[in-house]
Amino acid sequence: MAEYTPAQRVALARNTARPGVVDFVQGLLTDFFEQKGDRLCGDDPSIYGGVGLFHGKPVTVIGHRKGKDLEERMACRFGMPTPEGYRKAGRLMDQAEKFGRPVITFIDTPGAYPGLEAEARGQGEAIARMLSKMSALTVPTIAIVTGEGGSGGALALGVGNRVLMLENAVYSVLSPEGFAAILWKDASKSDQACEVMKLTAADLLELGVIDRIIPEPNGGAHTDVAAMVRTLDGVLQEELAGLSRMSAHALYAGRYEKFRAMGAKALRKERT
Amino acid sequence: MSSVFQRRRQKLLALKAMRGVSAVHPHTNEVCSHCGGEVSHRELVAGGYVCPLCGYHHPIGAYYRLSLVLDRGSFKELDEELASADPLNFPGYRQKLEKAQGKTGMNEGVVTALGRIGGIRVAVGVLDSRFFMGSMSAALGEKVTRLVEQAAKAKLPLILFSASGGARMQEGILSLMQMAKTSAALERFSRRGGLYISVFTHPTTGGVTASFASLGDIMIAEPGALIGFAGPRVIEQTIGQELPEGFQSAEYLLEHGFLDGVVPRSQLRDTLIQLLRLHGKAGANRDG
Repeated sequence: MAEYTPAQRVALARNTARPGVVDFVQGLLTDFFEQKGDRLCGDDPSIYGGVGLFHGKPVTVIGHRKGKDLEERMACRFGMPTPEGYRKAGRLMDQAEKFGRPVITFIDTPGAYPGLEAEARGQGEAIARMLSKMSALTVPTIAIVTGEGGSGGALALGVGNRVLMLENAVYSVLSPEGFAAILWKDASKSDQACEVMKLTAADLLELGVIDRIIPEPNGGAHTDVAAMVRTLDGVLQEELAGLSRMSAHALYAGRYEKFRAMGAKALRKERT
Repeated sequence: MSSVFQRRRQKLLALKAMRGVSAVHPHTNEVCSHCGGEVSHRELVAGGYVCPLCGYHHPIGAYYRLSLVLDRGSFKELDEELASADPLNFPGYRQKLEKAQGKTGMNEGVVTALGRIGGIRVAVGVLDSRFFMGSMSAALGEKVTRLVEQAAKAKLPLILFSASGGARMQEGILSLMQMAKTSAALERFSRRGGLYISVFTHPTTGGVTASFASLGDIMIAEPGALIGFAGPRVIEQTIGQELPEGFQSAEYLLEHGFLDGVVPRSQLRDTLIQLLRLHGKAGANRDG
């Protein structure tokens, strides 16, 4: 792996040329049909999802979309979903469960959108429902952090049987800027935040938060998208083969135990 | 025999509850931090720290909350010794933890317990905003999860009082993962038919709103409580304008369909008793 500082990886993860869910769907799937709308009140383009064939077998894919040009980026709020987006994702997961197909999620968001309407329509509730729903699925689920994994808005697509991360992706409780602003009242100290937050793939593998690091082409995923897709294709075939051997109950129970153990080493007994 | 234990438990809770309230002389007056009016200390305490002038529900400590809600002598604390091990070795965190522990007499930002409300056995947890703003640490997530599991095992209804500023920054990603852990435990509890009543108190934001607080069968809030995912300041910065009066208040959420009701502190215990009775035999969950 190339040696980058955490702050350099944050920059790579945010590079606007970095491939996202739409590129990965194009490169990995055939016969993809995009599904839109939450069936309640709207459609949020910052969550892209649908069903397609991966090596001939149907899979449901859901991911954060940041958009390619300025217009699309604005429409996608730079990859920050509203409750409509999460409820669409939930609907697609229900269908995956109904039709017994695996779910693959691509995570790349600064966080859920902090807007007035998003709050009015229950951003917190929408994310909580997603966590609950993903934890209960009995089909194989693979979550891949491909760029920025920011906060609850990222985790809402992240409760997978396997959680993978591209080499230069980052995953954190909050953006480094937000972290510095809250803790040190100074958003400009974000580089310092990057150092202490443990947000790189290697850090997260060590903490047991992710299961596997997927290597990127030299210079980052955007320098050779085709090579990145080829690597991902091999990894996904391998991971899906492993999970498809498991029973519905084992998939559910295994995922439960995996997340149940999160932070087990972060506990201490205090004398009372 | 049991009455001896009961008396002892009651005494213990009463002692701990007193740590949650200011130690001023009972005959002095206090100034309500919300309306600025002068209130006698005695009157404030009698009303459960609701200002008699403006109705503001002042935040209260977890033990004090439990002393208001539980039947006398029924309090039995769980996992009291559980604390944070500073998993990221975060600069300055240990010292801050020690300070918070000294100030509150708690090891973490939530108290979990078994007890009775109106004679009905319950599993209950209360987040305490005086401890790191009730922020989600791995220990807090673990205590909530163990409580949910205990409720499932003993077939008890579950009540959680939330108050939280969001994530515990010093525990980074492990704080975030508690959202998934607690939500998964509640999903399993719910699937077995367990009753979960979620009570939002002022303020509940961030990861707690976006996980266990929003997954109740019944969701109620205290009047005026601030409830949201993103904090008001962040939203104002994003949209570049001031937020309307009452935005993210309990009443606002009620109007937008995210709460069953807004219940004043004085009626909370009676409302809980009503809800527990409505759910039949102690809201006991099925095997499964």
